[in-house]
Amino acid sequence: MKSAERQFTTISGVPVEPVYGPGEIRNPDPGEFPYTRGIHRDMYRGKLWTMRQFSGFATPEETNERYHYLLSQGQTGLSVAFDLPTLMGYDADHALSEGEVGKCGAPISSLEDMEILFRGIPLGEVSVSMTINSPAAVLWAMYLAVAEQQGVDWQRLNGTLQNDILKEYIAQKEYIYPPRASMRLVTDTIEFGARHTPKFNPVSISGYHIREAGSTAVQELAFTLRDGMEYVDWALERGLAIDDFAPRMSFFFNAHSDFFEEIAKYRAARKIWAYTLRDRYGAKSERSWKLRFHAQTAGCSLTWQQPYNNVVRTALQAMAAVLGGAQSLHTNSLDEAYALPGEHAVTIALRTQQVLAYESGVANVADPLGGSYFLEKLTLDSEAAANEYIRQIDAMGGMIPAIEAGFPQTEIAQASYRYQREVENGERVIVGVNRFQSDDPSIDLLQIDETAEQRQIAKLAALRSRRDNGRVRKSLDALRRAAEGTENTMPYLLDAVRAYATLGEICDAQREVFGTYTETSHI
Amino acid sequence: MSAPIRVLVAKPGLDGHDRGAKVIARALRDAGMEVIYTGLRQTPEMIVNAALQEDVQVIGLSILSGAHNAIVPRVMELLREKEMEDVKVVVGGIVPDEDAAALKKQGVAAVFQPGASLDAIVTFIRGAVGEAAPLAGGPPGSPE
Repeated sequence: MKSAERQFTTISGVPVEPVYGPGEIRNPDPGEFPYTRGIHRDMYRGKLWTMRQFSGFATPEETNERYHYLLSQGQTGLSVAFDLPTLMGYDADHALSEGEVGKCGAPISSLEDMEILFRGIPLGEVSVSMTINSPAAVLWAMYLAVAEQQGVDWQRLNGTLQNDILKEYIAQKEYIYPPRASMRLVTDTIEFGARHTPKFNPVSISGYHIREAGSTAVQELAFTLRDGMEYVDWALERGLAIDDFAPRMSFFFNAHSDFFEEIAKYRAARKIWAYTLRDRYGAKSERSWKLRFHAQTAGCSLTWQQPYNNVVRTALQAMAAVLGGAQSLHTNSLDEAYALPGEHAVTIALRTQQVLAYESGVANVADPLGGSYFLEKLTLDSEAAANEYIRQIDAMGGMIPAIEAGFPQTEIAQASYRYQREVENGERVIVGVNRFQSDDPSIDLLQIDETAEQRQIAKLAALRSRRDNGRVRKSLDALRRAAEGTENTMPYLLDAVRAYATLGEICDAQREVFGTYTETSHI
Repeated sequence: MSAPIRVLVAKPGLDGHDRGAKVIARALRDAGMEVIYTGLRQTPEMIVNAALQEDVQVIGLSILSGAHNAIVPRVMELLREKEMEDVKVVVGGIVPDEDAAALKKQGVAAVFQPGASLDAIVTFIRGAVGEAAPLAGGPPGSPE
């Protein structure tokens, strides 16, 4: 096709002109409101982004070994992947956990597992991110209890709890309770964090999963920011002052393949959030206005075919995240279209970040692409399109009614189907998949030890017979009563986990009070 | 024209990643098939019961969590118990080659791995239902 006839669009379908002119570029410097160009004047000269590889598999013991390995290789923070039973609030010995224990992450059924997970890791020094949502408050209580055991003051704890339940209903679908009960639990953690853990991010509002579910860049941007506003609304409703909790709200975005579209997305995100916090919520503190985010390269962009190409994709995506001003970064491993990453593959992924940080020079200057005609136009367009979605969701009465109406779910499903059709008919080229195919070299894959599940179940059985079951029962009764009322549940969760009540027992107590959620499917 | 092919698209296990299942459901529907989507977190029992009630010719299982070796054999066993061996089972998701071969030995008609084209899946289902191939082994030339 001649280029004159061909429609050029971003991966999200936004039309792209052959060349851009100056237009109206008037952005304040990095570190100045609305932070389009970054939240710090000196950006990475002051502090490099945190290199944080998401990791967890088989058992807490094996995962702990991987953490020690990653730290020894120059990784600067930890990021815990939990297995599906843990994400869904089931113990390793639950019937529905069969075949799933340790497959997608580390299985954590009790405080004992959490103690093993962080054995030999000083929680006062290493920042830890935990990807857990519906049962986030329970896992956080376990984490705080381990810190206590290590003698680390909670005031010193650095880290992030994902705890973003709204995007679960929208995209990733690991929910347990209905939306309003879940929001109450999230608000409990925000409130508790504002009082007791001033350096910990109780929520990481996540567009990553929305994008992985097939959304466009603008949908990712808009739904994520609108989710953020929903958490702010609930915390204000609880009686918290905006500047007491907003500085600790953090974000998590995808770093997808369309280089400039991604950078524009991060810049627009900072700008919209800054205006929203200042003007919609009246925040006075600059720290409340600044959007800080973690980025992960796009898992859905990795191909099964010609897996070594994934190293290249990941490097480009990671560079977009860095040029977009990310505070921390996970780079996917080349084998992740097949399995959880092996040690060799994850090392290459970490080295990719180190090459970017120490060799490429891109970290030397804040917002080095600022002033690019094309990027500035894309930033403005992303901002406008996201604000339009935000207005629509406001008009529906907020994100929960929008979710109940299936609005974001349907928008994403349509975008995902459109994209797949474009791949199918060759409009979107995926190297090695629908063009430039060749035989694939085989790669070594991480095998999850099949005995992991049995080992976890045996450990849990021993714990159940060893602990003080009277104390467990009492703590669960107290938790149930707190859940029925309006008190903050965090102190009760802490008591329950300290008594070695299991994750499944605690979530069951809450299921009794809150009920469970089943979605209406939107195809 | 013959009656449309009826397909049950199911998400077994705890995995909530339903992008693939939804895309496939729409693609099969666009290809003229009648598609019933179960929604998330279906046990093998629920899936086989739905297949029976909906009188489908094909069950499509979407699994991305690595739990296929626990889930798929159970579905096959229940189909045999209920004498529903004529229902074709296709699996899509992250299934390594060795596991795919083992699942096909147990009677799975085809396993579609990442990157499989929608057209290939539609064509395979039409062929499998049309020619009423014997369950074991699947039709010749079926994808890995």
